[in-house]
Amino acid sequence: MNTYIRKNVLLKITAFLALSSGSLYGLTAEERGLQIAEEMDRRDSGFGDTSAELLMELRNKQGETSSREMSMRTLEGIGEGDKSLIVFDEPRDVKGTAFLSYTKKVGPDDQWLFLPALERVKRISSSNKSGPFVGSEFAYEDLSSQEVEKYTYRYLRDEDLDGEPCFVVERYPVDPKSGYTRQIVWVDQSEYISRKMVFYDRKDSLLKTLTFSKYRQYDGRYWRSHQMTMVNHQTGKATTLEWKDYQFGNGYSERDFDRRSLQTTR
Amino acid sequence: MKVRFLLLSVAALVGSNLAHGMEVSGHLTLEGRAFEDGPAYAGQDNRATGAVIFEPELYQSWGNGDLAFEFTPYFREDSADPERDLFDVRELSLLWISGNWETKIGYSKVFWGVAESQHLVDTINQTDLAANPDGEDKLGQPMVQIVYVSDFGDFSFFALPGFRERTFPGRQGRLRASSHVDTSRTRYESLGEDERVDFALRWKHYIGDFDLGLHYFSGTNRDPILIPIERIGGLPRRVIPYYELMDQVGLDVQMTKGAWLWKLEAIARETSRDRYSAMVGGFEYTLYGIMDSVVDLGLLAEVHLDSRGEAAPVVFNRDLFLGGRFAWNDEADTSMVAGLFIDGNNGSSMVRLEFERRIGDSYKLEIELQKLASLDEADVLYPLREDSYLQVSLSRYF
Repeated sequence: MNTYIRKNVLLKITAFLALSSGSLYGLTAEERGLQIAEEMDRRDSGFGDTSAELLMELRNKQGETSSREMSMRTLEGIGEGDKSLIVFDEPRDVKGTAFLSYTKKVGPDDQWLFLPALERVKRISSSNKSGPFVGSEFAYEDLSSQEVEKYTYRYLRDEDLDGEPCFVVERYPVDPKSGYTRQIVWVDQSEYISRKMVFYDRKDSLLKTLTFSKYRQYDGRYWRSHQMTMVNHQTGKATTLEWKDYQFGNGYSERDFDRRSLQTTR
Repeated sequence: MKVRFLLLSVAALVGSNLAHGMEVSGHLTLEGRAFEDGPAYAGQDNRATGAVIFEPELYQSWGNGDLAFEFTPYFREDSADPERDLFDVRELSLLWISGNWETKIGYSKVFWGVAESQHLVDTINQTDLAANPDGEDKLGQPMVQIVYVSDFGDFSFFALPGFRERTFPGRQGRLRASSHVDTSRTRYESLGEDERVDFALRWKHYIGDFDLGLHYFSGTNRDPILIPIERIGGLPRRVIPYYELMDQVGLDVQMTKGAWLWKLEAIARETSRDRYSAMVGGFEYTLYGIMDSVVDLGLLAEVHLDSRGEAAPVVFNRDLFLGGRFAWNDEADTSMVAGLFIDGNNGSSMVRLEFERRIGDSYKLEIELQKLASLDEADVLYPLREDSYLQVSLSRYF
């Protein structure tokens, strides 16, 4: 009898402590981090497809700029990663160059490049994920679709960012070829969208900060940032991505993301 | 010729009637070439040469790109060699996509293959050899191409009405043999000559790490046999191209595994006189971010084999290619490929280097170097022994 009461009281106290402390619902920091990532993924799933125009501005330490223009379309993967097709329009010497990527939840992505001067489609290695995308401060892995399985997570704390309450979650790339040891993400608590990310390089030194701004909601549900700014703290360079003409529900099929479409899409 | 004319008129008609809201792009290029040594043969121009190349592209599409018209004329004017002057239609086509079917009619360009140092299975388009000795420039080919896209790969059928002759440097031009190729007297095995309709089938698929291609081609061989018709002191002074008929099957495979790309291209050809096979195979291994930078270095090695051995009238019969590809991954897309070709039998070697970099938003600088060294008299490249050159070109893109 006595033992029973004591046990019961102990359980209640434990539960109370768990609820009031950081480890909500008795979850560990890892479980809570994963839960936040899964909720972000759940809220964004079902978008089907998107298309958008992309303006990329590269700025070096001296403040000199150069820009790239491209269009991008994405097909949501069901049970697999997303597919995306990027076609360049500027600079003019790379006009028509296209990049097709099949993201995998686990294992390396499949990627092809179309070179219009030779009419050649080339399968390329995806192990360059930490390399710069078209000379920008964005690595391939920063732009590929953010599948939950690509990281492990740890919830750190709650923190306000520009007056918005955020979860601060640290995540660790599963792929050993990633250019990062870890990333810290500020996740908006009301909408579960990324506000800011900080990247640490392989030596665990601060490398880059990515800021998401100009969020707009589509279909009363899906949030998309229309301006992303990546600042490299080690080189002083920065890249800004401006997204225009976001369209949902284009009715894309697998056919719009195959290697033939890589050759025929402008 | 009639069929070709018909295709041209249809495409031009479609183009002119619907030239509304057309997308225009392209480039204007100034190219200069300087040779290390004086010419080997009488009649060849002794100085550095220059050329102007203009290649605009007109493009228009309807219905989300399901119907597209493209016109890419190509103009080249050389300072020294009139045989290098060229007007070509690289593309004048109408593409129609309907579900899993694609149809293209008109002049167009098709690329097959995976290798870097030689494009062995790339059969459809004729080489514009006068443009560059590397053979990467191709002439537009009149065609009707029908593609069916399925879960089992892409099946393409080609009907190729009309044959394009290879371009060669002329009498005044460098990078030619002791003989110059007299293209005014070209001969064909086919009675239809250059009006024969050739056919080809191709299957292309992707399974996991493998990209696979198979093809069958039946028609006039794009590689001519050069027949001497005039000799001086035992050396041919003039040759004429003779184009045989051939049946060809070919295979191209690439396995993509981590930073490794493994590549293989093979063909088997049958002509009325001969039956032979050839292959090129090797790898590309990329070191990403060398020495803590963002520069990538790709290491390339490819082996060329021809069943006819040293007797094969081709540059690559038993050769080895070793190369490096640098990508600076900077805002100017700076890149360089350097390669060494070694003949396995006679030890002759050739070095090729290609460098490119964008300047500002719309200019591109390209530098190309080709150096021939320790050439054996028996080597196919021996006639070019005095023709090591440096080429610099500046292009304005619009």
